[in-house]
Amino acid sequence: MSWAPATPAERDAMLAVIGVKTMDDLFAAVPQHLRAKSWNLPAGISEMAVRDEMTKLAARNASSLTSFVGGGAYDHYIPAAVDALTSRSEFYTAYTPYQPECAQGTLQSIYEYQSAICRLTNMEFANASLYDGGTAVFEATTMSVRLTGRSKIVLHDSLSPIYRQMLVTHTAHLELDLVDGDDPTDAACVIVQNPSFLGTVADYTALADRCHAAGALLVVSFYPISLGMVKSPGEMGADICIAEGQSLGVPLAFGGPWLGVMATRKDHVRKMPGRIAAETADAQGRRGFVLTLQAREQHIRREKAMSNICSNEALCALRAMIYMALLGKEGLRDVARHCHAKAEYLKSIITFATILNNGPTFNEFAIRLSKNAEVVVAGMAARGFLAGIPLAPLGAGAETDLLIAVTERRTRADLDAFAKALEEVSCS
Amino acid sequence: MQLIYEKSVQGRRAITLDPLDVPDASLPRELCREKAAELPEVAEIDVIRHFTNLSRRNFGVDSHFYPLGSCTMKYNPKIAEAVAALPGFGQLHPQLSSSEAYWPLCQGAFELLYETEKWLAEIAGMKQTCLQPIAGAHGELAGTLLIAAYHRERGHAHKDTILIPDSAHGTNPASAAIAGFKVVEVPSHEDGTMRLDSVKAAMTENIAGLMMTCPNTHGLFEPVVAEIAEYLHQHDALLYYDGANLNAIIGKARPGDLGFDVMHYNLHKTFATPHGMGGPGSGPVGVGERLEKFLPGPRVVKRGETFALEMPEKSIGRLSQFFGNFGMAVRAYAYMRHLGKDGLREVGENAVLNANYIFARLKDAYTPAFDLPFMHECIFTAAPEAKKGVRALDIAKALLDYGYHAPTVYFPLTVKESIMIEPTETESRETLDAFCDAMLEIAKKIETDPDSFHDAPTTTPVGRLDEVRAARQLNCACL
Repeated sequence: MSWAPATPAERDAMLAVIGVKTMDDLFAAVPQHLRAKSWNLPAGISEMAVRDEMTKLAARNASSLTSFVGGGAYDHYIPAAVDALTSRSEFYTAYTPYQPECAQGTLQSIYEYQSAICRLTNMEFANASLYDGGTAVFEATTMSVRLTGRSKIVLHDSLSPIYRQMLVTHTAHLELDLVDGDDPTDAACVIVQNPSFLGTVADYTALADRCHAAGALLVVSFYPISLGMVKSPGEMGADICIAEGQSLGVPLAFGGPWLGVMATRKDHVRKMPGRIAAETADAQGRRGFVLTLQAREQHIRREKAMSNICSNEALCALRAMIYMALLGKEGLRDVARHCHAKAEYLKSIITFATILNNGPTFNEFAIRLSKNAEVVVAGMAARGFLAGIPLAPLGAGAETDLLIAVTERRTRADLDAFAKALEEVSCS
Repeated sequence: MQLIYEKSVQGRRAITLDPLDVPDASLPRELCREKAAELPEVAEIDVIRHFTNLSRRNFGVDSHFYPLGSCTMKYNPKIAEAVAALPGFGQLHPQLSSSEAYWPLCQGAFELLYETEKWLAEIAGMKQTCLQPIAGAHGELAGTLLIAAYHRERGHAHKDTILIPDSAHGTNPASAAIAGFKVVEVPSHEDGTMRLDSVKAAMTENIAGLMMTCPNTHGLFEPVVAEIAEYLHQHDALLYYDGANLNAIIGKARPGDLGFDVMHYNLHKTFATPHGMGGPGSGPVGVGERLEKFLPGPRVVKRGETFALEMPEKSIGRLSQFFGNFGMAVRAYAYMRHLGKDGLREVGENAVLNANYIFARLKDAYTPAFDLPFMHECIFTAAPEAKKGVRALDIAKALLDYGYHAPTVYFPLTVKESIMIEPTETESRETLDAFCDAMLEIAKKIETDPDSFHDAPTTTPVGRLDEVRAARQLNCACL
């Protein structure tokens, strides 16, 4: 089994050109006593057998239940054109655009993506992507430290418990002071999430003002689809905004590849991590695009770089760009409106549980059931529903608490059936 | 080419939704944005044609030979794409892992993660691996955080410095710094390898570890790697393996057997997952016994016939939201499963064969950067050509006109006017020959017409672009 074209005869002929006798002669630099001590792997199998085996594995996962699971990643509809275009091998088999003349497709699509993110967030500069929404929180943190020279990081209670755990892991040895709350005094930044992990929408304009008065930055982690309706981070006065971009046409794929989104103000762009594409021209005046401000990056600046990031999620950024182009100005507004209206409708028919949010919500809300939420979701799965996320295992609520998300994909019939089943399972 | 925004026509739509089947609702006005985001207003055909035409302005592995040194631009098998898109993988919500109640619904995904980690461990001689790191540099960060956790547990917080060879990828020092380490550079010997004496000269009680690439970025196997490992261990320092060049030795030698304590793999290099214009990649971290209990978590374990999640005893915590780039693990697993023990061994053999074949054909026309035998990539210096007015960059641009992606140029930083060629195992002899013919023709032209290079490339959609203007105007978004 192989994807290498060389036949045994060709290999021999090539060895002769090289001037050695055997394949092993090519490895003369690797001393015999350092050769592999074990190679205990199964034999290869045909492509046909690979497909069969993996189809069986995939079938052991629940992907066809009616889902109300969110918590930072959402079951939005992905138009067919997104897959059709990103399946073009000129995109997905290309490398980082270090030779811009043969990578204008990549560079222009990054530029268009950066533009879309700026338009969505009302910010001035976006980068070409980070890994995901969680590492984006870390990158925004170190960027804030660079910009302010301060080491206190304030984590608002709206922030995802998963992002919080990731930040603790990533910053373990950076001697930063991670504190809870919303007091910007002496802080590099205050990090909020809007809507909150539990789905509550808030206006952080006043907090932005307080941050700026205290010389701190406001970092807002946003949910891209919500910006079809919700006040944008830019309108609130955020200095850095970040997001998990999965909702913009990227498959759930059990957690990745997803998309780390980041945008900022003009004054801060030179401290922003990640690649940035910029417009320019060739000698004939033809419009073209290149990577710019590369002196921020690891391949030039090494240990003094703004970040260690090299590989990013360019193909997912392309997915996001194509998704935003397909939806367009009105379409994004429609998707947001549908998500919100359907979630509000579901809230209105869940009369048997308490809504826990202390303010308006977008498309996700937390409820308190009269039973253990993990028992309830197991019962709901048997009825064909992924009923949401039990909050206790994430340390984000009591054992009876459940986080429910609704996207445009759920119909009124889905919502009615779900509420009925949930009442039966949780109140029996 | 026009921007998609310039093609926008007010009122034009691509995707529309069915009429809302529940009562409309809105948020309080103060929570709403003032105006809709100015996304393009275009029809589906506009989007399709725009991005199809953009794609045609790119070189990809499927369309062009891509001998980009250090990047391992091998063919990306289509079966891997097909299985990653199976609904059971592609549409599976990862929050199902956060409640035990859902674990029965993701056993297939757990098994895939478990098996992939096991295969990777055997391939590199590691005790355990973890797929959480999202890219190679993220794997480096994981590895250096693990080194820090190891020393701190032993009460050796003073071990705050990492040694890094001057030939290393820029991500190595950047990752170590972000993990909180000081970085000290170790010079390579002029023959292109790392000498034990240089490591000894840099050793102090503060040294926590050394990050090495093997073969190194000069394309050379490190002859005293085992001695360096032993010396470091005597000084309670750990050895990190940058897996960027694992493709050279896969099946022949294993980092664990060489004495490495911790490493990252690049699934997007050695294991053929596509590079996606710069990402997504995947950078699993592998560890030997010393670091096992510190691995990121939660991780998949097998209990009888069932898969479950556990946090390692002294885990450094969560490095990604869930299991890293799961979709890349699916592709890599399909790749490994097809090749199996024999096929994987031939990967390294054919990669080294192809690189040495190119080297044999070009070594008289260009100046080899080193005298030792190259492994999976060969490096030339264009310093002599530069004296004639043709720099490595000019040669790179000329190659674009021959229909080849350029090799890596100006890396590693230790080689002047470096040209780094990595063909990978998936290229045929005809392709290598045609590329070599082009390189030889270029060598002749450097002698006869050096001035002609400055206009190259002329066959690409644009010529050389003004990078100074890009940085000065800083037009990074159409607003």
